[in-house]
Parts: sequence; C-alpha cells; structure tokens
Amino acid sequence: MNAIWALLLKDLKVFFRDRRALLMAFAAPILLGAFMGFLFNGKDHEASKIPVLLVDQDQSPLSIKLAVGLGSDKALELRPSEAAVVRQEIRKGRAVAALLLPKGFGDSATRNFFQSGTKPTLILLVDPSRATEATMLRGLLAQHTMEVVSAEVFGGPSGLSMLKENAEAADQNPNINPAARKALKDLYGNVATLNETGATKGNGAPGMKLPYELKEEEVTAKVGVRYNGYAHSFAGMGVQFILFMGIEGGMALLVLRRSALWKRLRTAPIGRHSILVARILSSAVIAAVLMLGIFAVARMVFGVRIQGSFPGFLLITAAFALFTGAFGLLIAALGRTPEATRGLAILATLVMVMLGGAWVPAFVFPPWLQKFTLVFPTRWALDGLDAMTWRGLGFQASLAPAAVLIGFALVLGVVAWARFPFEENS
Amino acid sequence: MLDVLKIEKAFGTRKAVDGLSLQLRPGEILGLLGPNGAGKTTTVAMIAGLLIPDAGEVRIQGRKIQGDQDPLKRQLGLVPQDMALYEDLTAEENLTLFGALYGLGGKDLEAAKVRVLESVGLHDRRKDSVATYSGGMKRRLNLAVALLHDPALLILDEPTVGVDPQSRNAIFETLEALRAAGKALLYTTHYMEEAERLCDRIVIMDSGRMLAEDTLGGLLTRLPVANVLCVDFDSELTLSAFDGLETEACVSSLTFTRGRLRVGLQDLCLDVPRVLQKLADRGLRWSHLECERSSLENVFLALTGRSLRDA
Repeated sequence: MNAIWALLLKDLKVFFRDRRALLMAFAAPILLGAFMGFLFNGKDHEASKIPVLLVDQDQSPLSIKLAVGLGSDKALELRPSEAAVVRQEIRKGRAVAALLLPKGFGDSATRNFFQSGTKPTLILLVDPSRATEATMLRGLLAQHTMEVVSAEVFGGPSGLSMLKENAEAADQNPNINPAARKALKDLYGNVATLNETGATKGNGAPGMKLPYELKEEEVTAKVGVRYNGYAHSFAGMGVQFILFMGIEGGMALLVLRRSALWKRLRTAPIGRHSILVARILSSAVIAAVLMLGIFAVARMVFGVRIQGSFPGFLLITAAFALFTGAFGLLIAALGRTPEATRGLAILATLVMVMLGGAWVPAFVFPPWLQKFTLVFPTRWALDGLDAMTWRGLGFQASLAPAAVLIGFALVLGVVAWARFPFEENS
Repeated sequence: MLDVLKIEKAFGTRKAVDGLSLQLRPGEILGLLGPNGAGKTTTVAMIAGLLIPDAGEVRIQGRKIQGDQDPLKRQLGLVPQDMALYEDLTAEENLTLFGALYGLGGKDLEAAKVRVLESVGLHDRRKDSVATYSGGMKRRLNLAVALLHDPALLILDEPTVGVDPQSRNAIFETLEALRAAGKALLYTTHYMEEAERLCDRIVIMDSGRMLAEDTLGGLLTRLPVANVLCVDFDSELTLSAFDGLETEACVSSLTFTRGRLRVGLQDLCLDVPRVLQKLADRGLRWSHLECERSSLENVFLALTGRSLRDA
C-alpha cells in the first residue's frame, strides 16, 4: 500500500465517518435541488396565472365581452375592481397589473376599427418588478380586444351602425378621390351585408381570429420525452454544494498545515507530491460519490434520467470532481488563515455557481453575459450535465466540457503546487 | 547518531536559534531544556527536516537528509508537542496509516502495531476511536506512532504536556526502555524534574543560544552553592537579626524573605550544625527546618539571572 493510497483511504474514512456532515453534504443539494426543480419544472405543475384587475368604467356590451374574453384566458386571473383601489393593490403585490376601460370605450373602439379617428385610451397600470408578465399581458390584451371589436364590426348592431356612418362619411369627404371612395363604400357595404345577413354566423363567431393554430413541442432528448426541470436544478445544486465540500477539503488542508500532524507527515519519507495528490484525489472521489448520489436520488424520486450518454455523464462527473479537488488545493495553497479564507472562498464559489447557471439556467442571461460566463468552469460543468441529462446528447457532447474542466483542474493544481507553503514559517 | 553543527534560524529580525551545536549518541537521552521561546521547537524542526537552517547543518548517522523521500528519514521518529493523530480514526487505523507512510505493510506492520501498542499499554483499546481517549492515552499513542517504524533517533518535543502522573510515568518507562535498547533520544522540555530524571546530558537553551551542556552532576558543580538550608521562623524578624552570619566561612549565601532564612552551604554534614548553633546562640527559635538540593532551576538562575519557570 503506497503513501498516496494510504492518505486517500484515510481522507475517505474521515469524511464518510462523520455522519452528520455526510448527511448535510447529501441533504442540502437534494432539498434545494428539489425546491428549485419544483419552481422551474415547466408543465409538471400548473403555471401561475397572472393576477390582473379590471376596472370597467364603460359597461358597454363590447367592454363586457372583452372582460369575458380576458377572463377566459388560461394565463390570466381577472378580477373586477375599482379605480380608487387598484394602485394600492398593485403596490401591495396583490396584482401584477390593472386595466382601466374608459367610458365610451366600446363605441369609440368600434368606430376606429376602419378609420383613424380619436382612439380610446386604455390605461394599464403595471408592477415594474413583473415586466415579463406585463409584456405578456399587453399581447393578450391586443389579441382579445381585436377579437371582440372585429366581432362587433362583423356581427354586432353597433358595428352595423358604424359601417353605415362610415359609408356616409366617405361620401361626404372631399379629400378622397372617386376610386378610393367607391372602394371604401363597397367595403363598408359588403361588411354591412355580412353583418345583416349573419353570413359568418354559420362558421362560428364573426370577427377576426388568429390566422393559425399553434402546435407547441418541447425539444428534449427524444420525441415524447418531456423536459424534467429537476435535471438542471439537481445539477446546479450538486455543483454548488460539491464545491462547498471542496472548500472544506481545502480548509482541512489549511488546518492540517498548521498542526502537529503536518509535522509528522512531513517527517515521513514521502514526497510532498504524495500529500497533495492524495488530497486532490480524495476530494475528487468524494465529489464524484456525492454527484452520483445526488443524481441517484433525483432519478428515484424525481424521475431525472440520463437521456444522453451515460459514459459522457460519468466523464463530466469525473472531470468536475477533479476540478473540485484542485479548487480545494488552491484554497489551501493561497489561504493564510482558515477563518479569512473560508469567507473569501465561499464568495468566489457563489459567484462561480451563480454565473455558471446553477441557480437559473444560463440561457436567461443577456447574450453578452452568456458569452462571458464561459470563463467559469461551473458553466461548462452545468452545460455538460444538462447535455447528458435532459438534452440527451451523445458522448461527443461531453468531450468539450470535460476537457475544459480538466484543463481548469490542471491549471489550478499547478498554481497550488507552486504556491503551497511546504516549509514551516514560524 | 546526531550531529548538529552551529545551526542558525531567524524569522524576520528575530533570531530563534543562534549557532547551536550538539551531539547525541546511541543509548543516550539528551535533554534540551529551556523556557518557552528558547528555540527548542525550532531546533527540533530543523533536526527533523521541517525547517531549513539559515546556517550550519544537521547530520544523522553522518549525513544530511537529502530531499523528502530520503530513506534516512526512516531513522527518525518525531513526537510533536501537540497531538499528531487523526481523532476520527481508531488507534489501529492511525498506526496503519503512518506505517504505510514509512513503507510498512503486511505482517511487519501488524507485528509493529502490536509491539508499540503493548509498549504504551493501549493494545486493548486499539479498535476505539482516538476521540474517545483521555489526554494521557492520546499522548501515549502519539509516542507509539513515532516508534512504529523502529527509528534509531527519537525526537520528543515536550511529550508530557498536560499528562496525568500515571501516563507520565508510563511514558518515562517507555523512554528508559528505548534508551536501554540503544536508541538515541532528544528530549525537549521546560520541566526540570523530567530532565533531571531522564536525561544523561542536558543542554540548557535560552533566546536561541546554548548556555550550557553537561551531565546533571556536571551542571550542578557549576553552581556556587551546592545545598541550601532553609529555616522558618514564626516570630517577626528582619534581616538584621542575622547580621554577621554571612561572614562565617561555611556560609556561601544568605537571604531572608517572608519568615524564611535560606543559607547556602557547601557541606551539609559539617555546616548545618554550625549554622543552627549560631542561630541558637542569638536566641532565635525556628519553627521548621529543611534542606534543598541544588537543581537545574538554580543552574538556570545562575546562568541567566532569571527563574526557569518565570522566563
């Protein structure tokens, strides 16, 4: 049994014998991964509806139809309200937005369907912290408004009256040339005929509709395999807490470096490389065991599967584990005191995991940030794990992330080796 | 076995060891005695190869240690001042680990483990986690680990700090057995009693320098006073009550503090009756008498002007 093997075995015994620490090392990433997976798990749970307040000051048939249309939308939770209270409700976070339909909205909207007169002004009050939902609401509002207004024009009594008025107005407008006047009058006349005869009624409700049916399909590992949000969240939390374990490994070496045990190790006829290599390897083995354990729980409890290459998954796990070992060694090499070093190392780790996409996937970052975060090994680890799990890519897709992680491990290991204070200094 | 030649070591502007030389032979215990901060631990670190001397050199069995993996390091066993054990492991696992680091394995390692565990009286507790041991047991295991690879030179850096009397005696017996087996032991301590009991020769250090090196007897002969007669008085007296006594031929020194008269004498048999007669002649009645043998404490006091315990 050589020195490296003996030291490695010792580190593993010490780690796995501390049951409380072991439980935390497994439990923390699993609990957080489960929670974040639940939040980001797409269709596994019903998406939250956007709470919107509606103040209908018009109370016209058209405004009532618009309210019904918006209320039936699956993305919205529409609640009638009063103008006096909506601002306060938004401030309190009870609603994302409030829509105020002014008096005369129905009449004015119908009138302005074909001509550019004075349009009615709808007021949309929004919570600035919910910009994404507000944008979605604008789109839905446009869709439902167009539907009810066009339905009124093509099939409603006020629409018919508006068409007749428009035809008369076109007749009396001296600024329209005769050919355009005729075309306009024909258009109004034809639409009025449709309105009066109810010709469109046989084909469903009249008016404008979205001219397409949308079929949405998740592009995941294989056709029919649904996206599992837990795959990313477990990878993210696994990476984060394994790096924390790496920090603890570095701290242990830093403490060892200042202890009598270090003197005993250094007095033994073993190369200094044995001590450091054993430490990297033990951290790497522990990291790999943790990652595999975390994904085993994810598989059993949350149905996370390695949809891509399993050897690729193992390769990325091994490369990340090696990086974790080198990261811990670097901490031990550069740290002065455990107290000061721990705080700094945790901060650095949090930045790495945050920008690496462990908390939220990197694709939500702005494009420049997505490019920038490629300098972080955590980004490669997470992209690699995503590729092997829910994206279902092949072994080849694991090679680049693994190579980058191993490269980082080598650089960190060399710097740590060069900077490690082997000699006593006091 | 060990030759230390004019070694020096400074940390910044502070010189921790300044031109120290010493030799240690097989079957000998050399005591390195000095107060905290005297440079003992730095000296030990240089001998063990943990620190590189700024000047001078350390030779073990006639040559310097060359590199981390020099087989010569197998001749060296270190018992650090603080506990150098993995508390989460059992005694046996600690020994297995350190045995492996010294290239021991198989039956040799098993035999070595039994040998050292029995020598420190821990064989029955070998499967218990070190964390469950008392302080004394940990100290004994700390020693056992250093003995595992059967080194010819054993360096013990204050190995009995915080140890109960029973474990201290067990450690002493082990060390005496090692000396009898021909091992060379370098023993640093700031306990004079330990140095007096164990050491064949003693090096007294202070502020990084060697103040004296000799056997205990040799060091004591350097003192102007070999023995001290202590006389306690209950009555209120001042030093003037003893005027003229210091001029007696047999009296080497005389002090009186807090009711105790201390008289330095060369020959107890002849001089004590004379002094007591002189006191009786002055009508002085004492309440208690005792004689103190000179100790390393007196030697340190004579060499530095300070008490070893207060230094």
